[in-house]
Amino acid sequence: MTVSPAGTAPPPATGTVPVLETEGLSKSFGPVHALRAVDFALQAGEIHALVGENGAGKSTLIKLLTGVHRPDAGTIRFAGGEVAFDRPADAQRAGISTVYQEINLVPLLSVARNVFLGREPRTRWGLVDTAAMNRAAAELVGSLGVDVDVTAELGRLGLGVQQMVALARAMSVESRVVIMDEPTSSLEAREVATLFEVARNLRSRGVGLVFVSHRLDELWELCDRVTVLRDGQHVHTGPMAGLDRVSLVAAMLGRDVAEVAIEGATEFGDTHRQAVEPVLTVSGIDVRNRLHGIGLRVRPGEVVGLGGLLGSGRSETVKAVYGALPVRGGTVEVGGRRVRPNSVRHALRAGIALLSEDRKAEGIVPELSVRDNIALAVLPRFSRAGLVPERRIDALVETFMRRLRIKAASPAQKVRELSGGNQQKVLMARWLCTEPKVFLLDEPTRGIDVGAKAEVQALIDELAGHGLAVVLISSELDELVEGADRILVLHDGAVARELTGEHKTTSALLAALAGGRRRAEDGDE
Amino acid sequence: MSDGTIAPPEPRTRRGLRTDADWIRRNGVYVALALLVLINVAVTDNFVSENTLRLQLIQVTPVLIVALGMALVIGTEGIDLSVGAVMAIAASLIPLYIGYGTGVAVGIAVLAGAISGAVAGILVGRIGVQPIIATLGIMVAGRGLANLFGGEIKSIRDPGVVALGSGSVLGIPYVVLIAAAVAALVWFLVRRSTYGRQLVAIGGNKRAAELAGLPVRRVLVTTYVLCGLLAALAGVLLAARSQASDPTKVGLLVELSAITAVVIGGTPLSGGQVRIAGTIAGALLMQLITATLIFHDIPDSTAQIAQAVIVVAAVYVQLGRRRARR
Repeated sequence: MTVSPAGTAPPPATGTVPVLETEGLSKSFGPVHALRAVDFALQAGEIHALVGENGAGKSTLIKLLTGVHRPDAGTIRFAGGEVAFDRPADAQRAGISTVYQEINLVPLLSVARNVFLGREPRTRWGLVDTAAMNRAAAELVGSLGVDVDVTAELGRLGLGVQQMVALARAMSVESRVVIMDEPTSSLEAREVATLFEVARNLRSRGVGLVFVSHRLDELWELCDRVTVLRDGQHVHTGPMAGLDRVSLVAAMLGRDVAEVAIEGATEFGDTHRQAVEPVLTVSGIDVRNRLHGIGLRVRPGEVVGLGGLLGSGRSETVKAVYGALPVRGGTVEVGGRRVRPNSVRHALRAGIALLSEDRKAEGIVPELSVRDNIALAVLPRFSRAGLVPERRIDALVETFMRRLRIKAASPAQKVRELSGGNQQKVLMARWLCTEPKVFLLDEPTRGIDVGAKAEVQALIDELAGHGLAVVLISSELDELVEGADRILVLHDGAVARELTGEHKTTSALLAALAGGRRRAEDGDE
Repeated sequence: MSDGTIAPPEPRTRRGLRTDADWIRRNGVYVALALLVLINVAVTDNFVSENTLRLQLIQVTPVLIVALGMALVIGTEGIDLSVGAVMAIAASLIPLYIGYGTGVAVGIAVLAGAISGAVAGILVGRIGVQPIIATLGIMVAGRGLANLFGGEIKSIRDPGVVALGSGSVLGIPYVVLIAAAVAALVWFLVRRSTYGRQLVAIGGNKRAAELAGLPVRRVLVTTYVLCGLLAALAGVLLAARSQASDPTKVGLLVELSAITAVVIGGTPLSGGQVRIAGTIAGALLMQLITATLIFHDIPDSTAQIAQAVIVVAAVYVQLGRRRARR
């Protein structure tokens, strides 16, 4: 079960004074406690993993450390002294560099200019000494083992190289701390290897590195220690070596490994009736760097759960099936008919509906009424001679508002004034109006209150009971185990395990979530 | 039970502020218009007369028609800077084709506007160029094209075109009737047609509209075509009224007046809403400000400064509203 750390790694620098340390760090955004009294310590010369699921507080912690936000309470100590950064530039000047997934460099300038931005070597007339700058940059980038023309425009280079340049910059400013926020999520395997080389190189020079990644394998490969956050609180800090995957995942999800699943914690009933022929058949779906040959079959009346940790490709899978994420290959069939790829409208017409995970960004149109939000997806198909059949829509909206018990002052109320749970029901109504055969639900109960959650769960059950094929994504183990008839567990964009029948338990799911990548189906751990 | 579930998401302390700013944004233009009318009634000689009213309405028509098209574009979270140049193109085409008859000349001029709009729409909707960049390019190129077509000032003597510009029925000038018809049509499109519903949804949340299977690109192209078409119509009416077309002058800075009218009319630049009545009131307000200053012998340049102050104030109110919502 245990994965050994990379052989070249020096022992973790324990016992020394931390280079960066927080004590009781707290931050709220409105009513949301993003971070509660978090203690975190980074040693010089270590690579420290920072992990947690959505909303755990990783980004908030990073933003506090780098001066993007200021803490409500608590202290940050850097290189022995207490600091309070007003701006990211302050943190950078002090020696804390950040490498984001989206790189914050200047794409139109050359590699060399980016490395030395704001600190360009000058000639005796005060002009930028381009020759000296290019020479120094070439040396620096070369020492990282990256082969690149430093006079090239940064924006034209691959993302991987851009990350290296960001690291080179971090080295040139002699940072004592480098924070890498999901640096590998859009990189090719070869680029990841180079990045890790550079990171180890920095470590050997005594730099402290914070490494955020959703790819668990990388943590054991690269990191010396790990800190787990959950719901804005510190859960665990310890060495990577000797830590097994299940314990780590359990800490992230807030489950006790030995805990036995408590049946009946959700509103889901028993197994659903199932027809024989699948209505949705997905095979070989491939999305660049995200999904690798995903296959999926769902029968009418069946609820198939998609499990996986953050970044495993669950949302990408349903988006690709729905045509909203460009695929490189693979087929989607509904009722035996091929659906044209990469077209939301064809997917909709074929009878696929997608309830997106991001209600705000991809779901509601906040300034429109409840009625217009519900009717949105059927507008093109209901339209006659370019006009909206108002009475038909009124009737439909009324039916669904009653059936889903949507609590709004009237159909004309703006949807942004509703609670999260009611907004979610509005969106479910929007998709049910289209009379789907396949309903893809991405985290349907996230961020809604307990009552609405139970209602949504009961509704999913009812829909499946009426013969709808459902794909359910949920980060809540209970919801997945009790709501789904079978569960496919994804790892790094591929189906790693399938849990059915008696194997469909919370502890089995936990183990599967923690399991390595691309394991054969139903193989024993 | 329902109390808790439909509570607005904003924290309570900010609600009052938001509502006030919202009210000003929605109704400020009507209040300002009414105030300005009352002030003029009090201090301007001969303000309350049929002639003054007629003249004001005639003068507002080009800006109003352009502003109605602009309101649609702004509703999609876009902007169209090319409307002034499109007016000039349309005006410059009239003398060129007037030999084929009034209808043909007007038709070609309006068609040119639609084509220009289609180019903008394709750049924005299909290729994904930012609206301000795409239409800025067309603005510059379009003005050049108008000069190429028109050369210098040409007078227009065609009786049909002249009648279009200065004729009237029951004392109401044709141009005013046309503007009213355009306003009614745009209102109908926005409130009743599928296109209008899709437009506001796209402006309100483009990603959600895409995922709901709406024909986003088609709606965007249609919107810019409509805007170009209306701008060309405004150009034709302006040329008809002045019985001349001067490609260097026609429609100059009209994009600013139109955007101002839309914004002070309460249509947010962030898209998702189109306020027709507000836009009409906005255009009237702008016109009346200019007229008031002229009535009292204050130079035109002062009117422009006043316009600038108003647009900044209007945008400020909008931003204040959005900040309060966060």
